[in-house]
Amino acid sequence: MKADPKGVLSGVHFIDGDHAACEGALAAGCRFVAGYPITPSTEIVERFAARIPKVGGVFIQMEDELAASIAIQGGVWAGHKVMNVTSGPGLSLMMEHLGYAAMTETPCVWVDVQRGGPSTGLPTLPAQADMMQIKWGSHGDYEIIALSPNSPQECFDLMIKAFNLSEEYRCPVFLMMDEVVGHMTERVNIPPADQIEITDRKWTTKKPGEYKAYATTSEDLVPEMVKAGDGYRIHVTGLTHDERGYPAMDVPNQAKLIPRLLNKIRNNTEQLLDVRMDGCDDADVIVMSFGITSRVATAAIEAARAKGLKVGNLRLIICWPFPVKLIQQLAEKVKAFVVPELNMGQMVLEVRKAVEGKVKVISVPHPGGTVHEPETILEQIIEAAR
Amino acid sequence: MSESLDLRLALAETELENPVLPYLRQDRIPHIWCPGCGIGTSVNCFCRALTDSGLDLNKVAIVSGIGCTGRTAGYLNLDSFHTTHGRAIPFATGLKLGNPELNVVVYSGDGDLFAIGGNHFFHAARRNMDILVICVNNFTYGMTGGQVAPTTPVGPTQTTMPLGNFESPFNLPFIADACGATYVSRWTVYHVRQLAKAMKEALGKKGFRFIEVMSPCPTLYSRRNRLGDGVDQVKYYKESSVIKNGADTKDIGLGFQGEIVVGKFVDRERPTWLESMNDHFSHVLGDQFTPYGVKPEGE
Repeated sequence: MKADPKGVLSGVHFIDGDHAACEGALAAGCRFVAGYPITPSTEIVERFAARIPKVGGVFIQMEDELAASIAIQGGVWAGHKVMNVTSGPGLSLMMEHLGYAAMTETPCVWVDVQRGGPSTGLPTLPAQADMMQIKWGSHGDYEIIALSPNSPQECFDLMIKAFNLSEEYRCPVFLMMDEVVGHMTERVNIPPADQIEITDRKWTTKKPGEYKAYATTSEDLVPEMVKAGDGYRIHVTGLTHDERGYPAMDVPNQAKLIPRLLNKIRNNTEQLLDVRMDGCDDADVIVMSFGITSRVATAAIEAARAKGLKVGNLRLIICWPFPVKLIQQLAEKVKAFVVPELNMGQMVLEVRKAVEGKVKVISVPHPGGTVHEPETILEQIIEAAR
Repeated sequence: MSESLDLRLALAETELENPVLPYLRQDRIPHIWCPGCGIGTSVNCFCRALTDSGLDLNKVAIVSGIGCTGRTAGYLNLDSFHTTHGRAIPFATGLKLGNPELNVVVYSGDGDLFAIGGNHFFHAARRNMDILVICVNNFTYGMTGGQVAPTTPVGPTQTTMPLGNFESPFNLPFIADACGATYVSRWTVYHVRQLAKAMKEALGKKGFRFIEVMSPCPTLYSRRNRLGDGVDQVKYYKESSVIKNGADTKDIGLGFQGEIVVGKFVDRERPTWLESMNDHFSHVLGDQFTPYGVKPEGE
């Protein structure tokens, strides 16, 4: 289906990533946000609060991130598309409800404008150090999808993609921004509503009595959905549950439910592959990066190429699920991977895991607060090519 | 034809069926509650209140947190949500604002609503969020084995207060009143008729409504403190309760096995959060604003 024009601010804008992300959410059909202010993400909810009265919907500022991250899920079960906006310390509080969304298969988008941590850390300065927290931070086994924009335009575009994926897979989908992308102002082109593809919720066509809230087939692991108030009398719980949604806390039900929650994402890793590759076919060294670091990495790669080195540029748009197969295929052809990221070495662990020691994997860590110097990455590219 | 009328007609034909059965997910019975526990009695009252309220049950949603009372959502044949510990109220807030047509009831325990969930209670009441909160107060954490709760009176033993509780408890109606609730009452599970009537009355009101239900926990609270079984506690409720409608909520805190003031303490009108939002935006934005969640005339 096409976007509802009421939420689409078509035209060319000069706005920052936070504002563009908000416009992406409105274009995607988000009409309910429960928020809590935190630097450097606050502008997203501020813009939403200003825009939503005329678009038609609700914004409410909650008492904390625990409340915000569960109130949005109430909004989903009332029929809305919703988003959750925060940064590091808020994200830590929200981990409880990341698990609830994963377990109850509540489609929702989570925006993390990353700042330096741990704890209060660097409120106004960038990092990419929450990449593992979103994957592993809530207890138990679960899967999420995560996208990483490197420009305000991508904050808009990938926000729409995040909403669409959350409906398709009924799981939390993260838009992993960072302080620089959030506060960077660039040209953002918002297309007409009829050029924006929107994925509708996977509403059931079954009638009350025939419908089972968590029934799936072997071909399609994503259950059909209903909302409260339509006569289905659903039960939703964070406990291990059966197909009816009833608590069923035993080994067989756990053994059925948890693999399905994981496999509905893992079985679709190939469909969820979204990368940008440049010069990877005949490269000796591949630089893998994501988000803001990809822009610095590109400068380093160009400098290396000017020195005659064969360097490939691999940028992850979807970071989770991680493109294991692609990395394995590339590992057959290259001497080394170089992985700069604004953390002390997180996604590089996935690269190492994928290549299984076949080639060199060089981490270019950074504790955050600013971006890498291109020269730092360049030095490691030269080292890797040796 | 309304569902409650359907039910009454059905009952006229089958006198022997328990009138609350249609309200329960019968495929989930037996429930987990202990013999002598009062939660089931409160649920019985709630079902009768639903019957008398005449509400369309397809538009009533129930939200619970975690704990013994938190299991209530799972037994009621309504759209029902068993959420995380302490977060029933913010989930209910999202559900209500997401679809204002729903009548949203939070049904949870004292530990869930006032310890881990305390902050959410204060703010939902302050905002006058249009939800009914029913708190079954058994003075203890039942599900985890009888630990001290924010409602435990000074004196009784709890597993984490092995020498007796020395912390001061909350006076729940006083909190609800101070935070701005539009309806506040307290009953015990001895007062089944009054409780069902209060629930019906609260279901028919708007705004943040609060009912405290005193209930025995014979397995943990009563047994550890040599208070007898569930029946003994209900006898205590019967003998020590005083009905004082309109009592000043600051005067009705509960002591250990002391006097229990029951009744309706607060019944007032305040615009709900959504009414305030719609009024404010209509005033400021005029024709540019379409009130949210309000059905056009004639529908």
